[in-house]
Amino acid sequence: MSNQKNTFVFNKENEIRAKEILLKYPTDRRQSAIMPLLDLAQRQNENWLSRDIVEYVADYLEMPFIKAWEVVTFYSMYYTKYNGKYLVQVCGTTPCWLRGSDQVIKACKEVISPEPNTVSSDGLFSWMQVECLGACVNAPLVQINDDYYEDLTYDTTKNVLQSLIDGSPLSVGSQSGRKSSKAVS
Amino acid sequence: MLKEKDKIFTNLFGDEPFHLKNAQARGDWDNTKELIKKGREWIIDEMKKSELRGRGGAGFPTGLKWSFMPKDSKLTNYLVVNADESEPGTCKDRDMIRNEPHKLIEGCLLASFAMNAHTCYIYIRGEYFNEAVVLQKAIDEAYDAGLIGKNAAKSGWDFDIFLHRGAGAYICGEETALLESLEGKKGQPRLKPPFPANKGLYGSPTTVNNVETIAVVPTILRRGGEWFSSFGRPKNTGTKVFCISGHVNNPCNIEEEMSIPLRELIEKHAGGVTGGWDNLKAVIPGGSSVPLIPKSTCDTVLMDFDSLSAVKSGLGTAAVIVMDKSTDLVKAISKLSHFYKHESCGQCTPCREGTGWMWRMMEKIGNGHASSNDIDKLLDVTKQIEGHTICALGDAAAWPIQGLFRHFRDEIEEQLKKTKAA
Repeated sequence: MSNQKNTFVFNKENEIRAKEILLKYPTDRRQSAIMPLLDLAQRQNENWLSRDIVEYVADYLEMPFIKAWEVVTFYSMYYTKYNGKYLVQVCGTTPCWLRGSDQVIKACKEVISPEPNTVSSDGLFSWMQVECLGACVNAPLVQINDDYYEDLTYDTTKNVLQSLIDGSPLSVGSQSGRKSSKAVS
Repeated sequence: MLKEKDKIFTNLFGDEPFHLKNAQARGDWDNTKELIKKGREWIIDEMKKSELRGRGGAGFPTGLKWSFMPKDSKLTNYLVVNADESEPGTCKDRDMIRNEPHKLIEGCLLASFAMNAHTCYIYIRGEYFNEAVVLQKAIDEAYDAGLIGKNAAKSGWDFDIFLHRGAGAYICGEETALLESLEGKKGQPRLKPPFPANKGLYGSPTTVNNVETIAVVPTILRRGGEWFSSFGRPKNTGTKVFCISGHVNNPCNIEEEMSIPLRELIEKHAGGVTGGWDNLKAVIPGGSSVPLIPKSTCDTVLMDFDSLSAVKSGLGTAAVIVMDKSTDLVKAISKLSHFYKHESCGQCTPCREGTGWMWRMMEKIGNGHASSNDIDKLLDVTKQIEGHTICALGDAAAWPIQGLFRHFRDEIEEQLKKTKAA
């Protein structure tokens, strides 16, 4: 965590979004908006949250900082450090493992960095192993920022990662040529 | 085999757009007002007649669950839809959300009306970002067309739906943890009682239902409870979306009749087990939380609640994880133990400490550095965790290990002896 002076505020667009989000919950239940607001703040800050930002969001919702920090540390999708422009999350739970997630991890190690949670030397990306992403009939898969790349092999994982390096990401979804979760024979 | 005309999710694979006009052409939102006019009692009665059991894993009868909601409470009643699909093996709700969102939204209106709720929250797992975008668009379409909102679908009922995204916590699929999360807290399960039907979201009467449970409601009400209950076996009725993953030739999601034989399901829809049926080792038939069953059981077992519980497993979420003879079963289950260790919320000591301990012991066995006594000790610990925690995550962590040793202990001990001798 950094000790930078707290200068974070929602930009104009997110200020409007934050107000819209608050309308979803009863007026005396502002705390309900903590998760979407942390998400907004994180998106505004290159996909990570500093302590100062969490303080800002806690103040915004008139709740104690520690309650907000509990939320940040409980859920796996809030990050307290920078993970590169692209965060590559490899599912390694049983359905993906049965279909070769070890090969996907191997590709990530070769292209991104030998160790997980380490931003590549060019700052472009990092990878980490995660638990079930919930697309098991399209295993193995990775989540890159908001998108799923599915039905991967060692080679197609490398293709996807190379497309990020080249600055023209491949289409999301199945990389084996099939549509959604329909069986192909 | 389920006929095309009896499928509820005709656009499960997104062959057509999800949009309102396409959904209406498929029969969604067809005179919803008339269904509402038949009244609360009629809806709940049809749901009871359908014998629909909750599709989130526990299999509690839906009509009965709805009837627990207080009818004349002065508090606000809520419907909360559990779209926090995270059970390893399971990805059916994802397809319904991204390709059939209007079935879910219409179901929300009908279910909420039946339970006297004017507000519904849909809690979707955070990783399903693109699915949440689609669902929000569909919700906006429904508002714009007057199907939800004030005087929803001209029924006289005011009804709002709000989408809430999670942030990566399996435990939020447990209904009271989900409610805590929705209130802006850590997702740690609540002690029950009080049950959500009495004291749920914001202390108000709340029913939490799975996506599939709600998405089948409009079709059940249009075609009748008896139509739905004509599929499957008594108390195990209806159609069901199965997820077939692991060692099959063509992994897929597929809507089929409940009680279909497991072998038929795998061979007809997933292209069979890799290397043929005789190459099958074991199947986890209902998502990671249920004990595996060996091939000999798979030969004849039917895919429904009662048939699978009779073989000491469960239908769970109907996520079928297939493992062929090349599988290192200890490693496969150990990965699930790691999953539960990672996802334990940390509230109850047996689960917080036990899930990590069980995983380490499974790794030890997998590495061949364990003895028969270690297996006894591990099984004893699973019994200490099972039933001794606030929620069922402790049970879910214990059962896969118990299932493994119930069927494969001799084989695993044989392997341990060989490693020791070498």
